[in-house]
Amino acid sequence: MEHGSFTNDSHASFTLAEEDHTLANAVRFMLNQDPRVTLAGYSIPHPSLECVNVRVQTTGDPAREVLKDACQELMLMNRHVRSVFDKAVSEFMVEYARLKAEKEKKKKAEEEELQKQRELLDSMDIESN
Amino acid sequence: MVVTEEDKIFAKNFNINDLPDVPAGLPPHLKVKQNRVVSKKDAPVDTANAIYSGSHVFSGVDNSVKLGNFYEDFKVDVISCTETDMEFDMIGIDAAFANAFRRILISEVPSMAIEKVLIANNTSLIIDEVLAHRMGLIPIAADPRLFEYLTENDVPNEKNTIVFKLHVECPKRQSRLQVLTKDLEWLPNGSEFLKETGGSTSTSTTKPKTYTSFSCSQDSLPEFADNPITPSYLDILIAKLSPGQEIELEAHAVKGIGKTHAKWSPVGTAWYRMLPEVVLLKEVVDENAERLVKVCPMNVFDIEDMGNGRKRATVAQPRNCTLCKECIRDNDLADLVELRSVKNHFIFKIESTGSLPPDVLFTEAVKILEDKCERVIADLS
Ligand code: SF4
Repeated sequence: MEHGSFTNDSHASFTLAEEDHTLANAVRFMLNQDPRVTLAGYSIPHPSLECVNVRVQTTGDPAREVLKDACQELMLMNRHVRSVFDKAVSEFMVEYARLKAEKEKKKKAEEEELQKQRELLDSMDIESN
Repeated sequence: MVVTEEDKIFAKNFNINDLPDVPAGLPPHLKVKQNRVVSKKDAPVDTANAIYSGSHVFSGVDNSVKLGNFYEDFKVDVISCTETDMEFDMIGIDAAFANAFRRILISEVPSMAIEKVLIANNTSLIIDEVLAHRMGLIPIAADPRLFEYLTENDVPNEKNTIVFKLHVECPKRQSRLQVLTKDLEWLPNGSEFLKETGGSTSTSTTKPKTYTSFSCSQDSLPEFADNPITPSYLDILIAKLSPGQEIELEAHAVKGIGKTHAKWSPVGTAWYRMLPEVVLLKEVVDENAERLVKVCPMNVFDIEDMGNGRKRATVAQPRNCTLCKECIRDNDLADLVELRSVKNHFIFKIESTGSLPPDVLFTEAVKILEDKCERVIADLS
């Protein structure tokens, strides 16, 4: 919902229903990063109300469009976060599996070596004196 | 003085930042202020982030995040990842994002939890309400993405409800019995308790009505065919029974989010901290070096030999620092050490309760934030 004026659409407040700090703070950040914005902020009118008010004032562009752009950019950034994260996790898993395999191989080799030595020791018929 | 045409052109095109001896970018002291929180003895300083795009306009620096920059700079480093725990570094992102992800993980990523407990018999010491509450808090290892929300007008069916049965009895003349989550038995066909129909109008031909109406068995679904639904841990104590006591109940688990009740939170904890950075402002030698090493409980510092019997302190493991400020308690050491936190480097930890692995939980959280943006955009257009 938008609360603004008919004559000047560069200043407006928006009520986002069923949202809280989670989205509002991120959106505020994105708005502040936009050079067209002169003021951006948000408030929660009452803790038992499930809504936030986002205030946007711009240098002239319609506030609604600027807010929309902010959300759009936020979404793109999230997509990027997700792709980078997924890549990092799959790389980690590959690396982890490799290290684990290596460790097991090493352990096996060590055991075999030990076994060999033991056999050698057994076969060498050492006389105790 | 005569102003020539040349002077005029020069004045018009003059930009102080073009002069060769004017440094580009933020001066170093401002850079530190922008990127680091410094924990002083009494309180941290420079905690705020300058997020306004024009914050540094007089230094000729554009403070706005351009998507291009972000695409290049953002980095994720996975430190460890198991079925239940995960630690990773998120580098090059603002706290607004890290906090949004954390908040969503805790309160908006769905999971399954027991919502209704139908108690047929409970002669144990634990009263019904408390027992039901304890049941609700049991984490359930079921992928919530395979289920739908149960809304007010829905009937519980195989798509939105998981039914467990618990029937234990402690035999007489025996020692006390522990009721554990492994005693919970999954009922893939739904509730077995019959609804009272009021009168004997129901004929024997109609199927008797239970508290759920499953159209098919859940274990006939491919997702659950070979892995039956169980609680995440099988050794959680639910109640203790004395000889002769009995509990008989049915528990119905549904999908929900942590905002409604903490039992639906898919994480034990999800938290982050900024990467600590310990800086030695001056060389710390000899006695002071030894003092510094001894005073730090997290073994952040190490001693290096400089030869001819002299020693110097080095920062060996800054990541271990908990910002306990023990090393800046004494005034003389406080002048030597500075404790900083990197503002855009987050060490993020997720502990899953077992419904989904932590890396999946994080991607789900990011997806939820995306959905929120989408909804706002749709609302505005
Ligand atoms: S703040 Fe505490 S943990 Fe960090 S370096 Fe100082 S003494 Fe060690």
